Amino acid sequence: MSLTVDSLLSSPAELTDNRSSNCAVVLMTRIRLARNLANHRFPGRADDEERREILARCQAAVLKTRSMKRGLSVAVTELDPLQRQVLVERHLISRELSEAKSGAAAVINKDQSVSVMINEEDHLRIQVMRNGFQLKKAWTAINTLDSALEGELDYAFSPELGYLTACPTNLGTGMRASAMMHLPALVIAGQMEKIVRAVNQLGMVVRGLFGEGSDATGSIFQISNQTTLGESEKDIVKRLQSVLQSIIEHELNARDKLLETAPAKLPDKIGRAYGILRHGHLISSSEAMNLLSLVRLGVDLGYFPDSHRLLIDRLFIEAQPGHILIGSGRSKLESDERDCLRASTLRTEFAKFSTPGYDSPGQN
Amino acid sequence: MASPLKCDLCSNQATVHLTQIVNHKVHKVDLCESCAQAKGVTDPSGFSLADLLLKASLNPEPSRSTGLKCEQCGYTPDEFKRTGRFGCPQCYSTFSAVLEPMLNNMHKGTAHTGKIPERALERKTLFDRLHKLQSDLQSAIDAERYEDAAKYRDEISQIRHAAGLTTTV
Repeated sequence: MSLTVDSLLSSPAELTDNRSSNCAVVLMTRIRLARNLANHRFPGRADDEERREILARCQAAVLKTRSMKRGLSVAVTELDPLQRQVLVERHLISRELSEAKSGAAAVINKDQSVSVMINEEDHLRIQVMRNGFQLKKAWTAINTLDSALEGELDYAFSPELGYLTACPTNLGTGMRASAMMHLPALVIAGQMEKIVRAVNQLGMVVRGLFGEGSDATGSIFQISNQTTLGESEKDIVKRLQSVLQSIIEHELNARDKLLETAPAKLPDKIGRAYGILRHGHLISSSEAMNLLSLVRLGVDLGYFPDSHRLLIDRLFIEAQPGHILIGSGRSKLESDERDCLRASTLRTEFAKFSTPGYDSPGQN
Repeated sequence: MASPLKCDLCSNQATVHLTQIVNHKVHKVDLCESCAQAKGVTDPSGFSLADLLLKASLNPEPSRSTGLKCEQCGYTPDEFKRTGRFGCPQCYSTFSAVLEPMLNNMHKGTAHTGKIPERALERKTLFDRLHKLQSDLQSAIDAERYEDAAKYRDEISQIRHAAGLTTTV
């Protein structure tokens, strides 16, 4: 039988519970494909009746596939605002979908590594997420799902232009491959602007944690391909992979350099962050992101055991406002109540943390 | 004397000049300060030049092809310029003249070289073929060319059988 929202939210998830793949620098990898049905207007143009028809066809096809048939299938209008926010914070639906009207829906699998949005900007937005740096695996998974859907649905496709999308910036492969990168040393060393420019020149885009227009709290950046036409999916993935690889090297070099030129600077920042997380009583969500970011750097540098990285990655998500509110079981919290609850959650979690050891800097 | 450059998005004087090389081609965008800020150009956390190029290339003079309208969804070039989105898949052929020069700026190439939905295309070819045979069959019957009609009927049932469809015509 299919899942409910609550049981989905309490199930172990790829991003927050998969121990197999925790990774320095790259938090997660994500690929999405934009697909549309032939002979239907795009969601932005279709009227309610047509959107409902599109929904019915897409939903049935998605639920027929092996990976999604036991998933949660839910219309956005059936979700209360808080549930929508929590799904956005988990990167399972977009902000755009969460604000959508009739006919908008999502199908999400149990481990929350796959989500299909229906009637977002395109009829279908298929998304696969993987913990850590796993672009190729993500491509294999999404390619399989897409091929299964194609067995059921007639996609709008032109041999010359590829998959036809509502916005021509997604035309062709309809693919956006991205990695969420944790780049604290490049931020501290003031090199991010240079990196952004270089990455732009290579045809890749840098955004904040929650995509377009969001800021880069916690030194987390989303890097993805800018162009979708004129290059095959495999080539895009290959090119992105090598850009990401070189950003990882730059970040690791920046860390070494900081430790060399100002040996006390990073341990000081990390130790202070740990102190606040362990003992703070009022922590806003952006402060939490920045502190967690420093402690994650501490894990990479060997100040804390590797096994703590997953907990930090989970807290990156669970310290978000929607997660704090839903965890409180209340319908509304003032912002200082929320900061208080967040700090209390963080204190409890960090009580389990080992005390940092600063003897082995530079190891990761 | 050359007049000062105008912003690509509004008509104020441009003070921010951006150059980006995409796919060995130089792209230039000129913006006024407020548009640059609004688009996040000055924000080190990044912005999407693709979106900007899209909107900037849409901005200049209203289309020459007035009266052009998508048959499928009624979309007009003006609506496309306003939203940056198309109304339906058919719009891509309706507005190909407007679109083509933009694609060059926006993407690495102008031709798709990636995945092809083989099964969907096969299915479409099959249904197009069946559709054609059905109408051939009908006209053969109408013209009392029964020998031809029998040939079409056999071909139809053969194709349907091969594709695993039920054999009733």
